[in-house]
Formats: sequence, C-alpha cells, structure tokens
Amino acid sequence: MKKITKTILGAAAATLFASSAMAADAKACFIYVGPIGDFGWSYQHHQGLLAVEEAYGDKVETAYLESVPEGADAERAIERFARSGCNIIFTTSFGYMDPTNKVAAKFPDVKFEHATGYKRDTENVATYSSKFYQGRYIQGQIAAKLSEKGEAGYIGSFPIPEVVRGINSFMLGAQSVNPDFKVKVVWANTWFDPGKEADAAKSLIDQGVDIITQHTDSTAPMQVAEERGIKAFGQASDMIEFGKKTQLTAIIDDWAPYYVERVGAVLDGTWKSQDVWHGLAEGNVVMAEYANMPDDVAAMAKETEEKIKSGELEPFTGPITKQDGSEWLAEGDKADIGTMLGMNFYIKGVDDKLPQ
Amino acid sequence: MTPEIAIAIFLTIATAATPLLIAALGELVVERSGVLNLGVEGMMVMGAVTGFGAAQITGSAYLGLLAAIICGALFSLLFGVLTLSLATNQVATGLSLTLLGLGASGMIGENFIGLPGIKLKAIEIPLLSDIPVIGRLLFAQDLIFYISILLTIAIWYFVFKTRAGLTLRSVGDNHTSAHALGINVLKVRYLAVMFGGACAGLAGAHLSLVYTPQWTENMTAGRGWIALALVVFASWRPLRIVAGAYLFGAVTIAQFHAQAQGVAIPSQLLSSLPYIATIIVLVLISTNKRMTMKNTPASLGKPFVPDR
Repeated sequence: MKKITKTILGAAAATLFASSAMAADAKACFIYVGPIGDFGWSYQHHQGLLAVEEAYGDKVETAYLESVPEGADAERAIERFARSGCNIIFTTSFGYMDPTNKVAAKFPDVKFEHATGYKRDTENVATYSSKFYQGRYIQGQIAAKLSEKGEAGYIGSFPIPEVVRGINSFMLGAQSVNPDFKVKVVWANTWFDPGKEADAAKSLIDQGVDIITQHTDSTAPMQVAEERGIKAFGQASDMIEFGKKTQLTAIIDDWAPYYVERVGAVLDGTWKSQDVWHGLAEGNVVMAEYANMPDDVAAMAKETEEKIKSGELEPFTGPITKQDGSEWLAEGDKADIGTMLGMNFYIKGVDDKLPQ
Repeated sequence: MTPEIAIAIFLTIATAATPLLIAALGELVVERSGVLNLGVEGMMVMGAVTGFGAAQITGSAYLGLLAAIICGALFSLLFGVLTLSLATNQVATGLSLTLLGLGASGMIGENFIGLPGIKLKAIEIPLLSDIPVIGRLLFAQDLIFYISILLTIAIWYFVFKTRAGLTLRSVGDNHTSAHALGINVLKVRYLAVMFGGACAGLAGAHLSLVYTPQWTENMTAGRGWIALALVVFASWRPLRIVAGAYLFGAVTIAQFHAQAQGVAIPSQLLSSLPYIATIIVLVLISTNKRMTMKNTPASLGKPFVPDR
C-alpha cells in the first residue's frame, strides 16, 4: 500500500528496459511506482528481480518499467507487457490494483501478481504483501527501552492503513515495556522527498525527541539523526551506512524469496492464484542487525523476533483499547484480517489526531 | 521557546531556503534577459548528481561544488543552443531539459545509490561567529549559505546599478530595439542562460552535499519548479526572492513543529500552507497592474532571430 504521489512528469519519464535473452522458457516482468534508485520501496522490488535472474539465469527473461504512475498510465503499461510476451507480471504498488485486474481479465494465459492489494477478480491474479508491522513492534520495544524522555518521533508518509498499522504496532511494542510511552507523529505527506523528510526529522529533534522512526522512503532522516547524535530506525533497506552510530535496526523488505518461488511456479506449471501475507517467519520481512544498543536490549529484541517468527507472539492481540477509549479487542482476541488491512484508527496512547 | 531552539529552527529554515534562493536568483537573470527556461529542475538534479559524484571521486566537497556549477552551465548551454541559435519553442525545450536531466542523472548516479555523501563543512568566521545568537545564525554556516547571500546582493547591484545590468534588462524588455542599438542580443542571452544553469547546478549541489548528503534519483523533488514560481512571486526583483524563499522555508518548517506540538489542524492542510501562501502573494501581486507591468520582462519567452 504505497506510493500515492507521483511527479507530474512521471508518465513521460517512465522508461522501458528489457533484456534480450532469446531462448528463455519464461518471461517475468515488473512494474515499479518509483525509480529503482530510490534506495527504498522500488529499489527493494528490483533486488527481487535481480534475484530471479540470478536463480534461473538464461531460463528466464526479465523486463521492468520504472516510475509508472498509478491510474490510467499503469493500465497501458501492464497491457503492453501482457502483449509483449510476459508470462508473469508483478505490479508492485497498491494503486495498480484495478488496472491489474482489468488487464488480467483480457489475458487469461498471463499470470498477474499484485503487491499489497486485495482484489483477485480472475483466476490468473494473485496478491501478496508483507507484515512490516511485526518489525515495528520490535522497534517500539527497543525505543521504549532506550529513550530517556520516554518519547519517540514518528515521520509518517500518508495516513493510509499500512502506515497507521505501523504506528499502532510500534506503540503496542513500546507500551509492553513502558505503558506511559509517548509518540509524536508528523506527516510529511510524501513517500519520497529527502529534503522534506530531513526537515521533519530536524523539527522533531528540535522538539526534544531522542529517537526517531520513519515510514517514508529516503535515508535523509537517518543522516539527520546521525548528525544530531540521536538514535533512529531504518526503513525498507538497511541504512547502516548512513547512520553507523545511529541505526538501531531497520525493517528490510525482502521480496526475493517470493519472486523466485513464484517465477519457479510458472516454469514448472504449478502457479495458482493465492493471497499471501508473509512476515518475519517467511523471511519476507528481515530485521537489520541490532546495533548501537546495550546487549540486554538487543537480546530482548532478538527474543521478541523469535517469538513473532514462531507465532507465539502476535502484536495485535487483546486487550487493546482504541484511542477514544472504546474496547477493540478483548483479552486474548486476535485482530481479524479485514480490520488489519483497513485500519483507520489509533490505539490508546497515540498522542495525535488521525487525519481523515 | 529557548534561544537554542529558535537558533536551531532558523538554521533548519536557512537550509531549506538556500537551494530555492540560489536557483531562483539564477532564473531571475535568465528571465530578465527575456528567456524562459523551465529546465531548472533538470539542471538542479544534474548539479546534484555531478556534485555528489565529483565529491566522492575526489574526496573533496568543494571540488564537488565546482563540478556541479560547471555541469549546470554546460547543461544549460544545450538549452541555449536550441532556443537561441535554433529558435525552438522555449517552453517545450525547457520541459524536455527537465525530463532529460531527471533521466540522465538517474543513469549517471546508478553507482552512487546507497553511499553516504561527503558533507560540506560549516565555516566559522573568526570573531563574527562569537557574537551571541547572530554569530551562530549568520557566521557559522556552510560556504553555499554565504554565497547565496552575496549572490543576492551582487545580482541586485548588477541588475539595477550597472550598465551591464541595464543592457540585460533592455534585451529582456525589447530585443528588437536592443538589437537596433547594436547590442548582441544572443550573446547576452547565452551568458544569462549559462549563469542560470550554473546557479541551478550549485543549488543542486547544496541538496546532495549539505541538505541531505546522499544521492537518490529525483532528489530535487520539485524544488526547481518552486524556484521558478518564486521568480514570479518576487516580480523579478532579487531582494524579494530572499523574502519568498525564506517565507517558503519558514512555513514548511513551522508546519512540522505545529504537527509535533499536536496542533489540531489536519496535516494535509498544514503541508499545503507554503503553496497556499505563495498563491496568495501571487494573486496580490498580479492585481497590482502597475507593478506587474513595470517588472515583467516584456520579451519573456519570445525567440529572437536577428535579421541580417
């Protein structure tokens, strides 16, 4: 559920690259919403493409389109791929949901995989996503242990369910350590603008927070934190190079295992429509090394990670109260997937008014 | 609010405003010569990638700056040849320059992704930087900040107080008359365009060497367009560009502080404040006919083909 904004020039800037392997058994195609050089969301999807090339060599031909705006342009791009002989097409942003299903209905022999969506209108569409919120729970615990002020700064992109879920999960983790923990949320209203993200980080630090976490894509907040000597969490990629003394850990999106598996399924003819929501256990979400923290905190983080992997711990387990004081989940209850995917409310303790 | 926080906030604003200021100043000179170059965004992003790359390769942020300035000027020369010598449409050529810059910088910068950059060090001016508050604000900044201030004064002086500035303005106001007076219109415009390119390159280098020392594709994120708007906002007067750039920076930073303080205004509205403020000022300016007429270069955007 990513990437709502596009530059007005995105459509024209979209460029086609295709490798020209001749005798491949299958062709796997990818559509990205941002440039592959964003070192964030699209960059990580592209790493998945490279893993597919690595795994199958000449057997699979690949192609990708970057900076494809969501909406009508996306439909054209997907259809172009479908006509050009792609056997499987990965559309890697939430806003590609309707175009993907529309094109899929026209090309029953082509397989479509849509990231972070929920519509599978025809049998040749599958959906997949990752439980990034699991990592945010661990980050919340670490923040609550380390923050001297008992408060973290949170740079949000857009108030969509994925980001809100992340904030809630972060708070649940923090509250499990310190029930009075606070979080200051600022919305950058962009996925990617290094300058603006840096400004948001500076403003939060000037307000006195000593740990920041981000749900925007650039490495700028990490650099600001390093410069100001506070701690921070990385996003989408391992950002340790930008904050050697700063990064506590990072949530890394690793799409490679899934892409390799699904392209493999096309090769051996076993591909079926499905809906998967993988997380830490499946290796889709990976935590970067726990660094810049005392050993006992790192040990706690690792233990929590193991518990989430084994299924012993699920962040969204009752009792959980909503921000307005009404009960959401009773003791021991687990959140249903519909509420999780459409989350539009804060839990108790988040000191911010959710923009509607 | 303690003085420390106030200083910190001002420094953040200055960092946000400096690239806008420099790029807009360059474009002001270009437009004063009667040329509309919409390629600021593309020249900035080329400056950003060149500055970052040159700093990585040489290990010196200052050489990075120099490379970015040269790159910006050369890149704008492409625009100059097309629009001045070949008299192509300035709007279309400027837009393609932006597209080309965004694409080419992405290609050039492929190997720079994920590398931490070299940050331009702040230079503390002896004695002056020891003055309480003001010293920290004005005399302990990076080189580009000082350049931006000096550039503002220099351009104001050049445009309004020198003979060369008068020549520049006359070319922008009526290229036919200027030509009849024996002024080499194309030469003046070439120089103006290249100066604008150099400024945009420097502004780009500020992004990749000071603001956020890193390279990521499309890292200018629309700042070139804001610089273009600032030139109109300032009705082609250099000192008003400073006001505009700092106002824009201040509103951007203020809205983050308001959010962090939990001010109950929707964040989408707060985020759009800088743009709303710009539009309001633009409307106010354009309603004042005399002002607009006096300052708008009359030949803006019109190609000049000298008859033999």
